[in-house]
Amino acid sequence: MAERSEDSEEVKLLGMWASPFSRRIEIALTLKGVPYEFSEQDITNKSDLLLRLNPVYKMIPVLVHNGKPISESLVILEYIDDTWRNNPILPQDPSERAMARFWAKLIDQQICVAAMKVAGTIGEERDAAVEETRNLLMFLEKELVGKDFFGGQSLGLVDIVATLVAFWLIRTEDLLGVKVVPVEKFPEIHRWVKNLSGNDVIKKCIPPEDEHLEYIRARMDKLNIKSA
Amino acid sequence: MSASSPPDTQVKTTSESSREIYSELDQESNLAMTEEVILLDFWASMYGMRTRIALAEKRVKYHYREEDLWNKSSLLLQMNPVHKKIPVLIHNGKPLCESLFQLEYIDETWPEENPLLPSDPYKRARAKFWADIIDKKVNVAGRRIWTTKGEEKEEASKELIEILKTLESELGDKDYFGEETFGYVDIALIGFYSWFGVYDKYGNINIESECPKLIAWAKRCLQRESVAKALPESEKITTFISERRKKLELE
Repeated sequence: MAERSEDSEEVKLLGMWASPFSRRIEIALTLKGVPYEFSEQDITNKSDLLLRLNPVYKMIPVLVHNGKPISESLVILEYIDDTWRNNPILPQDPSERAMARFWAKLIDQQICVAAMKVAGTIGEERDAAVEETRNLLMFLEKELVGKDFFGGQSLGLVDIVATLVAFWLIRTEDLLGVKVVPVEKFPEIHRWVKNLSGNDVIKKCIPPEDEHLEYIRARMDKLNIKSA
Repeated sequence: MSASSPPDTQVKTTSESSREIYSELDQESNLAMTEEVILLDFWASMYGMRTRIALAEKRVKYHYREEDLWNKSSLLLQMNPVHKKIPVLIHNGKPLCESLFQLEYIDETWPEENPLLPSDPYKRARAKFWADIIDKKVNVAGRRIWTTKGEEKEEASKELIEILKTLESELGDKDYFGEETFGYVDIALIGFYSWFGVYDKYGNINIESECPKLIAWAKRCLQRESVAKALPESEKITTFISERRKKLELE
């Protein structure tokens, strides 16, 4: 078989610096020590490259490995785990793997959606969205009892996906003007956020706080959402 | 609501014997704690069909338990407290929820027979990508077709045809989505075939004429025993939905 050139081993990530879905891919790649080229995408003016590599959804993140594109962040995370076997992010046991996937999906398809409703609504509608988010987060709260991370003693898939809760929901509570995740109700989640914040890979891969909050404030203004 | 008999499995469970089981809850919890595989399901669920097919492909013996979705059992509520939905697969007393995750679990736990997912990481990623699209788009449109009217219904019909055409194009000239062999994506989609009659009828569309290759694929899949046993007859589903619509005062 012909030797692969340097180029074909190339890992490229089309992403966006403030996107939780893009950042989680960076966390996984960094955790496994995989060198990659990051290509910042303007999602308001999508590049031909992005449209070509993700014609179905036209969204970031897209991982390109050996010239082949993979999209949908949860699919990408599993691909990364399948391809680079060091520092696994999914457990070995099949039923634990199924649980990890279950929580990851809950975070993306329900918690994320409910949290966005909190940001985008006011009054009674917002109160309902806050309640919904809290009810869902209570499941995660219970999962963390007796554990440093969802993955046990080290970061796993659910931790990586749940950075959305730590650094996009909890982090922006002051801007939103509502404590969606109060520490009295969610002591385990807050303990977990502290653990995350002390982790080198996480520290390296999450958006810098000041710029992040500035960006979110600007987006809220643009969408006419009142920021606190 | 009367359930038709569930597909041919190890333990026949009609709604009458389900009531017997309700009264023997202790026995049920014991059952849940054994080596046995139990599937909590609903006969018409295109998601439950996936798990039935996967278990059959792997020749895994299991107890099928029909759930009344309008009167959910304590076992279901206990095993899926987050979503309270079927299908729930119980193995060694542990519940597994979400049909696509059940497929992977089944593939990982019984790896010797009929692998459902490819071993190559990129091909696996493609399979999961397409199954994810199926989950995100097909039922959203399909369900709106029989639960709405007027413009909303028309829009839903258009959306359904669009996603089916996209899937048909992905299938291309292959026999199965899994390329040479029947696999994960085929299993993810095939249950919806038993609902095409509903979509045609209430959506005023003709899926066969719009997506002939997809229909050919479905008929090919139905030649597999696992699929033929898992899918109810299309007419039964259409009748069931007609009754649901009456209850929802849509007709």
